[in-house]
Amino acid sequence: MKKEGEVRISSGCAICGIFCKDGRRITGDAIKRSISVMHNRSNGLGGGFAAYGIYPQYKDFFALHIFYDSLSSREETERFLDRRFDIINLSKIPIRQTPRISDAPLVWRYFVTPLPHMLADSQLDEDEYTSRAMIRINNSIQGAYVVSCGKDMGVFKAVGYPEDVADFYRIDEYEGYSWTAHGRYPTNTPGWWAGSHPFSLLDLTVVHNGEISSYDANRRAVEMYGYSCNLLTDTEVITYILDYLTRKQGLGLKECAEVMAAPFWSTIAAKDEEERRRLSYLRKMFSAFLVTGPFSIIVGYSGGMMALNDRLKLRSLVAAQKGDTVYFSSEEAAIRVIEPAPDRVWKPRGGEAVIVSLERRGI
Amino acid sequence: MRKEIVDGEVRLSGCLGERYIGCGMKKGVLHVEGTPGNALACYLDGGEVFVDGNTQDAVADTMNAGLLAVRGSAGDALAYGMRGGRVYILGDVGYRAGVHMKAYEDERSVLVVGGRTGSFLGEYLAGGLIIVLGLGCEGGDITGYFCGNGMYAGTIYLRTGKAPVNLSDKLILRHVDEAEKAAVLRPVVEDFASTFSLDAKLCLSGDFIAIEADKSKTYSQLYAAV
Repeated sequence: MKKEGEVRISSGCAICGIFCKDGRRITGDAIKRSISVMHNRSNGLGGGFAAYGIYPQYKDFFALHIFYDSLSSREETERFLDRRFDIINLSKIPIRQTPRISDAPLVWRYFVTPLPHMLADSQLDEDEYTSRAMIRINNSIQGAYVVSCGKDMGVFKAVGYPEDVADFYRIDEYEGYSWTAHGRYPTNTPGWWAGSHPFSLLDLTVVHNGEISSYDANRRAVEMYGYSCNLLTDTEVITYILDYLTRKQGLGLKECAEVMAAPFWSTIAAKDEEERRRLSYLRKMFSAFLVTGPFSIIVGYSGGMMALNDRLKLRSLVAAQKGDTVYFSSEEAAIRVIEPAPDRVWKPRGGEAVIVSLERRGI
Repeated sequence: MRKEIVDGEVRLSGCLGERYIGCGMKKGVLHVEGTPGNALACYLDGGEVFVDGNTQDAVADTMNAGLLAVRGSAGDALAYGMRGGRVYILGDVGYRAGVHMKAYEDERSVLVVGGRTGSFLGEYLAGGLIIVLGLGCEGGDITGYFCGNGMYAGTIYLRTGKAPVNLSDKLILRHVDEAEKAAVLRPVVEDFASTFSLDAKLCLSGDFIAIEADKSKTYSQLYAAV
């Protein structure tokens, strides 16, 4: 099969997210009902979910979700992991067979922690150690794709409509305080399992509607810093930009938004001097991470969620709040189906990041 | 979604994202409740569509005639390329409202927004009338950035004394005097107010500014010559 980047398919997408600020854990049923309202925005070539707070019993271990094309790729990957990590638990991810999802790879889950002496010898922190190992698997082991590798979170994705992907992975059996979803309508490239959204590195996940005109410039920039764009799709690069800016450059998410969806120079010129200096600095310092073209994204991470539009707002994005729960979606109807009477519904402006965080941890 | 016909008027309730409602309708009265999907009342060619709820994107796209009245908000790309008729939105609207609206002979498209709008309001405006009242946003920014960029005919009226942020120097901004207010704005705003049972006096109170293309600028001539 030809993969991303090798063919071009002309054609939209749907994204949504639910975040419980009080840390209340809800099943995947709500996010499934939400994304399924936007069925017509996808075409069955990809669907997926990210969930946070789903592995409380293993919350101190990195949860690896991995796709394998073959038994040999699994064996090779497990040998690779064995040398670097203590594997606490491993199993197939439970699935529910459905005729609407076919050609599934082997889908495995591992709970791991870096081997202490290996970690010490590497002189890295455990996040960097783990992310490098995962990038290496994606890069060098044929037929193995790390789908997610954060703590107390996981990505569930496949080729199919999102509601069918939800059934396939039995997401109604997981409980999390934060959920994002994606329904895919690939515009430039075919759908394949690892190319579905969300894209993820460590606990960071991204679902995206749009297409990135600056993809190649962004890709070249992140690849200078040790990332490897081998899923050959534009959204992947957003994940690495965010990981680089937050984890390696220490930027806050609002600043990341001001880099990726930087205001126009004419807009910056109208700000007061301090703001002008700050925004100019971010634009100049991180110019290679400016993301152009239409996009709306929902970013999940441990303890929070961010929604962001491109600066021209060329894709739709609606936000709503009801009590301690915050909703984001491509369409308001997808929020109304699970929350008919929100306290507030609003449409964030282009480049205006909406960031929500846990207020109290767990119940 | 449920459909019933009462006194010859069609009533849809429980809408949840269904697209193309009222698309191409030529006559009659349609009441919509809930959250209708994208492309509501696109190509509307007559009749009246009343929505009790918020609408999504691409509403009244290329609308030709009739009335669309939304007791709620609208999403992005509202009334794109609208050619005639009236679009009344009680609440806020998203980005790119009224892009490339037109007027031709007796046909004049009219868009009235009760709340505020996103950026690129009336971009490439080719004719017709856009009125933004900014009710409840008095003193604040009611249009976002790039208001009227590239417009070459038609008029944007804003109920504010403040110029929009980074307004193009190719546009002329003027304060609206009482005579123009009475002649141009009052009939339209009174109709808008009565549709939503608002106080027309309140809707017309305060300063209004008008934004139009500067006919002396060469690019305007270029566009006008097409």
